Parts: sequence; structure tokens; C-alpha cells
Amino acid sequence: MSKHSPAQLVTDNTNKKWSISLTAVVGLIFVAYKYILPSADPAVQSAFNAWLPLTSLGEAAVFVLMALGLNIVVGYAGLLDLGYVAFWALGGYVAGWLMSGFWFERNINIFGNPPRGMPEGIHLNFLLVMVAAGIFTAIWGVIIGAPTLRLKSDYLALVTLGFGEIIPQVFLNGEDIAGHNWTNGTKGITPIDNIRIGGAQFGPFDLAPKFLIYCLLAAAMIFLSLRLRDGRLGRAWLAIREDELAASMMGVPLMRTKLAAYAVGAISGGVGGAAFTTLVNGVFAERFNFAISIIILSMVVLGGMGNVWGVTVGAVLLSWINSTGLVQIGNVINEAAGTKINFPSYNFLIFGLLLVLMMLFRREGFIPEARIRMVMHEEDLDEVEFVAHKEGSK
Amino acid sequence: MTRKTTPVMLDVKDLNVSYGAIAAVKGLTLEVRQGEIVTLIGSNGAGKSTTLRTISGLLKPKSGSITFEGERIDGVPGHEIVAKGICQSPEGRRIFPRMTVDENLDLGAFLRKDSAAVKADRDMVLDLFPRLKERITQKAGTMSGGEQQMLAVGRALMGKPKLLILDEPSMGLAPVLVDLIFETIAKIRDSGTTILLVEQNALAALRIADYAYVLESGHLNMEGHASDLANDQRVVNAYLGGH
Repeated sequence: MSKHSPAQLVTDNTNKKWSISLTAVVGLIFVAYKYILPSADPAVQSAFNAWLPLTSLGEAAVFVLMALGLNIVVGYAGLLDLGYVAFWALGGYVAGWLMSGFWFERNINIFGNPPRGMPEGIHLNFLLVMVAAGIFTAIWGVIIGAPTLRLKSDYLALVTLGFGEIIPQVFLNGEDIAGHNWTNGTKGITPIDNIRIGGAQFGPFDLAPKFLIYCLLAAAMIFLSLRLRDGRLGRAWLAIREDELAASMMGVPLMRTKLAAYAVGAISGGVGGAAFTTLVNGVFAERFNFAISIIILSMVVLGGMGNVWGVTVGAVLLSWINSTGLVQIGNVINEAAGTKINFPSYNFLIFGLLLVLMMLFRREGFIPEARIRMVMHEEDLDEVEFVAHKEGSK
Repeated sequence: MTRKTTPVMLDVKDLNVSYGAIAAVKGLTLEVRQGEIVTLIGSNGAGKSTTLRTISGLLKPKSGSITFEGERIDGVPGHEIVAKGICQSPEGRRIFPRMTVDENLDLGAFLRKDSAAVKADRDMVLDLFPRLKERITQKAGTMSGGEQQMLAVGRALMGKPKLLILDEPSMGLAPVLVDLIFETIAKIRDSGTTILLVEQNALAALRIADYAYVLESGHLNMEGHASDLANDQRVVNAYLGGH
């Protein structure tokens, strides 16, 4: 295909517009919170802290990273993964293990940043931890994916659902595995070292620079998603999503290609999990529940499966609603109507409703991918094809 | 009339394939020689598609062997068979509906790295099917059945096959389009590509084929030169609508 086809130019243009706008928004937020707000009117300050706290912005950036990872699996390759939270947990614990005093019998420091006077534990540099989390989850992605990805859609969804349940349970009960405490059980691993990059270090209260760091990670994932999409691997994913059998007839190696999608998804889930650990200053097994998998999936579906910008917007929006929006909007409604409804407790009802409505009225998402396609819709195979597929995948 | 004396390209020996307990192909032996159009005819459920699926690596045979250019290929995964030079235009066309014609052709050349030759083949395919050239930026799923069939054949040709497998290329097409497709298939053979053609439309297939195998409930029932079979009374009665 020629690089300068009209369609390609339109895409390039769209990408350019989105990158510039998002960079501007992130820059503006950083400058506002770092330099303008601290000296602003207290009323303005409290309004911002209520409606748009920096923690929720940092969280949104991390969710963008993770949603884009799931988008590769679900949106690009068309594999329904209902257990994505497993990778978040795995990555989260990598940061917990490698950036804290948890392994107090050890005394390892690799460009790390142990708290003053407490050198015990393993203390790796933030960037090294991100790399380690990516590698660790990629390995787990392959371990989980290799037996799983042979399954057809519904079965794949069920098995991934199972993994999403199992892995957090292992962490939750990991206080005593073969005589060792691996995860600190329900207490989790906390505190986490401050992030150190070069000479600067950022602790729990340096939220503006941390927000910027998470945004850079998310930006890297946006870039990677766009590059992968236009490359050979991206074409293979799209072909599998469109018609697996035909893709195989074109010479696309199904297992390897699906595994690649799963691994890339796992990496960004893992890096996102590690980043999240540094954001909340700890990793807690109870956080990693099924609902997270569904929320991240909702971000992908809502934004527009396969569309990087759509998923980015979907992730920011849902993450904000989940962390801040629901509470604030609820307060406003309660005040106006004089009611006492606990809105955050209805969040899954609202997410569920949102998903159902999307599936009914706008399956392609708010910002659909150019090639509109419902991944949840599986083409009906006739009987021979079904058997052929089963036989073929043995 | 004697069969071509060119080397045997595809050699299927005593092939047995079954779906679970049901045997679909029973002891099939056939060969395809270089430069031929070999057609596999038979009614619904005769085992034609199963044979093709086994050759293209989607199914594993229970017993027997498939040899392509002297190399055993039974049990080899599908994508490796494509790499060896067997490309297929599948039954029901199975084009990528939400991709453009251009992207579909592009995927046909997925395994090829020689971009200059790919471009030349793309021009060749578009010359062979001028309709595709007109529709090059159109989403493949929005085209007519005939155009989709042209795309499916063109996409398979983009893999630069040594052996091109065509599974029911006339299915669901208007008669005038069937003629066009079959003329083109003959042209592809004349330009040097060996073809294995599976068809229910036995008349059209026998008209362009060099050699033919007739399958019936998984068995090889008859074989011979296409022109001989086209005049064989039994074949005429069974498949060509004779009285």
C-alpha cells in the first residue's frame, strides 16, 4: 500500500491533531497545578481539589496506559479478555517487591531511592522497575496465553476470567507460600520508595510531576499502539480479528500473532500496575477484583474498540467518573434534591447500564475505529467449519 | 490422450480424514502435475472440501500422506503451508469485509518480503481482474459476490503460489460471472500456475481442467482426462444433468 494514500493522510492528520491537543491539555494541567493553583483563591483551589484532584488525574493517565494495552488484545486482535486485572496485579507487585523495604533481609540498591536511614529491602530505580514489570508480565502473558489462546472466543473469555480471579487470590493468600511471605497478604506492601529520576525525587505529595511521569508512560503507549497498528503485526492482528481462518490461509501464524497481542497487552497492564503502585504508595491485593477488568474493558468499548484516541478518551472519562465524578455529581444532585443517595455505591449499576446502552445504540464506541467492528459478535460457523476449527487447533 | 509428463507437484496417497468418528475422506489417492488444472468434482458431502482443508493444513489426516514438491506436508500448520507455496481461495470467499480491496490484496502477500515483485504481482492481479482496479479503495464487504470472488482469487495469487487451490469459485455467482471466473482461471494456468480446483459445477470445471477426479462419499469414484470424463455417460448422468 502506498504510504500516501488519501486514507493514510487523513489518519496522519487525525493523529497529529490528537497528539497536539492532548499534549497541550497535559501541559496546561501541569502548569496550572504546579504554578498557578497554589497561589490562587482558596475557593478556586477547593473547587479544583474536589472536582479534579491530581490523584484522579494521575490515576486517569495510568488507566489510559492499561486501557490501551487491553485495546491491543480486544480492539486490535479481537480476543475478549475478561481477566486483565491479573496483569495489573502482577505489575503492581513487581513494584511492591522491587521498590520497598518488603524484603528486609536483603539489602539491594540499584540506582534506587530507599527512605533515609532504612537501606533494608530491594530498592531499584523507578525506570528499572517499569522495565522489570513489563518483562515480568510479558512472561506471564505468554505463560497464560500459550494454553489459553487456542480456545475460541467464548471459551477464551471464560478462561481469562478465571485467571483474573486466580492471580489476585494468590496474592491475597501469599503470606505463606512454601514457608515464605511473598505478598504480605491483606496488609499489602507499603510504603513504596519515592520515584527518583536523575537528581530529582518525587514522593507521595509531589503529585504534579508524578502526573507528568504517568502521562509520559501513557504517551509512549499511544505511540507504540499507533506504530504497531500500521506495521506488519498490526495488519496480522486486524486480519485475525476480521476472519481467523482466512488470516491463516494468508500465512498469518495464528498462535504467535495472538500471543504477541496478549504479551503487548500484558506489558502495558504490568507497567500500568507498577505505576499505579507508585501512585497510591502501596500494593493491596484486595484492590484487584473482577470489577477492574470490567471497568478497563468498558473504557475500551466506550471509547471505540481499536481506536487509540477513542480508548484514551474513554479511559480518562471513566476513570474520572469512577474516582471523582460520581461522588461530586452525586453530591450536587443530593444537595439540589435534598436526598441522601450514596451514588458511588451504584457505580457498577451505572457502568453496567452504560455498557448495555452502548451495545444497544452505539456498538462502535464514541469515537469509532475506521473499520467498525463488534468484537463480541462472533461469525456463525457452520457445522463442518466448527469441527474443522476444533480439529485444526489440536 | 496422455496426461502431462511434467513432474508431480502434489502427491496425495491413501488419505484418510475423519471428523471424530465420521470418516469424510476414505483412502483418496490423487496427484497434481506441474502446469495442470486438476479438478475435484463430486456432490455435496463427497469430501472435496475436507480434502482441501487437509492439504492446506487446517485438518490433520488420520492416515496417508501428502507430498508437495517431494516434501511431506501432512500435519504441517496452515501458515507454513502457505510459505511453501500453496495458496488458497477458500470456499465462501472469506475476504476481509471491513478492509479495502487494496488491503485485502496486501494481506495476500503477507509472507512476502520482495516488495518490488509484490507490486508487480498486484499489477498483474489488477490486469487480470480490471473490476478490482475500479474498486481498489472500496471496503471489500460492500462489493458484489462476483467481485468478492475475484478478490479472493486475486488475494490468493498475491502469495505467488506454486499451487493455487480454488474452493468452489463459482458458488453463488450469476452464470455470466461463472464463465468470466473460469476463463480467468484458465488464463492463470496458462501463465504457469498449477491449479487444484474444487467445484460442484462439474461442467464448467471439466471444460477448463486437464485432469479430473470424481469423489463420492469420501471415495475416489473415477479419474481421467477432463475431456474424457466430460463425455463419460456415468459422469454426465450423475453430475452434468444428463438424461
